[in-house]
Amino acid sequence: MYKKILFASALIALVIIVLTAGFIFKEGVPVFTKYGVGNIVLGNNWNPTRQGYGIWPMVVGSVYVTLGALLLGAPMGVSTAIFLAEIAPKKPGSSVIRPAIELLAGIPSVVYGLFGMTTIVPLVRKMALGIPAYAKEPLLSTGYGIIAGSVILAIMILPTIINVSEDAIRSVPKEYKEGSLALGATHWQTIYRVIVPAARSGIMAGIVLGIGRAIGETMAIIMVAGNAPVVPHSLFSTVRTLTGNIAIEMAYSSGEHTQALFATGIVLFVFIMVINSVALFAKREVKP
Amino acid sequence: MRPRTAEKLARSVLWVSAMHTVTVLVLILGYIFMNGLGKISWEFLTSEPKSMGAEGGIFSSIVSTIIFTLTTLIVSVPVGAAAAIYLTEYARRDIGALLIRFGIDTLAGIPSIVFGLFGFALFVIILKPLTGGWSLVSGALTGACMILPTLIRTTEEAIKAVPDSYREGSYALGATKWQTVMRIVIPNALPGIVTGIILSIGRIVGETAALLLTLGGSMFVPTKLTEPASTMSMHLYKVAMEVGAMDMAFGTASVLIITVLLINLAANKVLRQMKNKTTA
Repeated sequence: MYKKILFASALIALVIIVLTAGFIFKEGVPVFTKYGVGNIVLGNNWNPTRQGYGIWPMVVGSVYVTLGALLLGAPMGVSTAIFLAEIAPKKPGSSVIRPAIELLAGIPSVVYGLFGMTTIVPLVRKMALGIPAYAKEPLLSTGYGIIAGSVILAIMILPTIINVSEDAIRSVPKEYKEGSLALGATHWQTIYRVIVPAARSGIMAGIVLGIGRAIGETMAIIMVAGNAPVVPHSLFSTVRTLTGNIAIEMAYSSGEHTQALFATGIVLFVFIMVINSVALFAKREVKP
Repeated sequence: MRPRTAEKLARSVLWVSAMHTVTVLVLILGYIFMNGLGKISWEFLTSEPKSMGAEGGIFSSIVSTIIFTLTTLIVSVPVGAAAAIYLTEYARRDIGALLIRFGIDTLAGIPSIVFGLFGFALFVIILKPLTGGWSLVSGALTGACMILPTLIRTTEEAIKAVPDSYREGSYALGATKWQTVMRIVIPNALPGIVTGIILSIGRIVGETAALLLTLGGSMFVPTKLTEPASTMSMHLYKVAMEVGAMDMAFGTASVLIITVLLINLAANKVLRQMKNKTTA
């Protein structure tokens, strides 16, 4: 009897996944069948009042800011992880840096958004206004867009990348390190020729999970991205992400428009499922 | 490059990136507090927002945050604990357990806006007669789905940390499995479970995207669970993006950060107590 109740509770996670996927597909698929998957996913025109449901600008937008976040955040995250696992003396390691990372992970995303729109956005605007070709273009000189979005997301994915990579580096068997040092290698040679390659798949898992976080992030990104539903053609362009599309328009949408937002959700869901599967796979590889 | 030079260079680069992480945190906290701490006063905390949040205080969003958080916990903690007990004490290593684990892992990776879509379709639209549409209940049920993976994982860890000798001792005295779980395992795992709950509170207090689609966003103090409301993080988003009252946004952000800081401190304290107890 008890066992059955416990089992039912454990099943709930699975049930929620199935329900989530079920509802999003049920609401979103009709738009796909009516207009065609290609026209929605690859369509350039997002104009819901005139049945324009192309979400390609948002797909591109999500990919751009995520790539930007990765370029800025991954090297920083992985080197911090190496530092924590291999180099950090006890003092700044566990008493300052680790609590700082914990706190960074705990700050609500709206706070990141507020910080971004009041510090990074004005900075980027100043940069854009300094470039004559951009200063005249109203859409390129707002400061909102790919750069500000990438910087904020880079900060937000740091804790994920650091924690997962550090675990991976720490789980490399001690013998590897000792063997390398015994052969006369310096500590750094040991780190980048022995330890990091051995922890490779775990570090990859951390980075992939970071990608998942960046693609799924909503609040911070809509506060700094500018959100014009157009395919960006410059680093200074404003962008709208898949998540932003849903969050911004859901409140006043109805009918087919709502369905198109659910269709955006389907594309996001597929992205996330693929990314998470890759991460899970990479993580499983870690265990020898 | 000579190995010794490379060693020195690498060390400095790694030091710089680690310190950079800390600097970023200090910069964000410093900037928000510099602009927001001055805004916080007794009046700010206890008066209701006026003119769409551009003036007045944030009282209603504080009340809503507390009610929302409590409702979410009441729904999710029993389910999460039961799931964790099943997975650690009862589940065999079969395909069923594997599927459940896959479900939990996947759930943990789903972005909050997708939960928002789900909550909107199920709780706001289909279950409207029960939940009142956009309401505290709809938001709390959505929030409960989101923190379930964290709750299950932390509870599992806590249960696994209870030494097997305790269970064996209990069985040796003739206790049944259920008695052992309820009287020996759970009480000993309690500090770990509490830490998990505190960490989950941290997560839902900052949650916004899913709530935009489910909680409704009214600026009044809710009197019933079936009424719409807006939490502090939603309020912050609205005054910053829709009203443009940045001073109010910074004030709200400061209150929010202080809340999260206190929650982290509490979690660490419970964890430390647990460690002292197990080593003693």
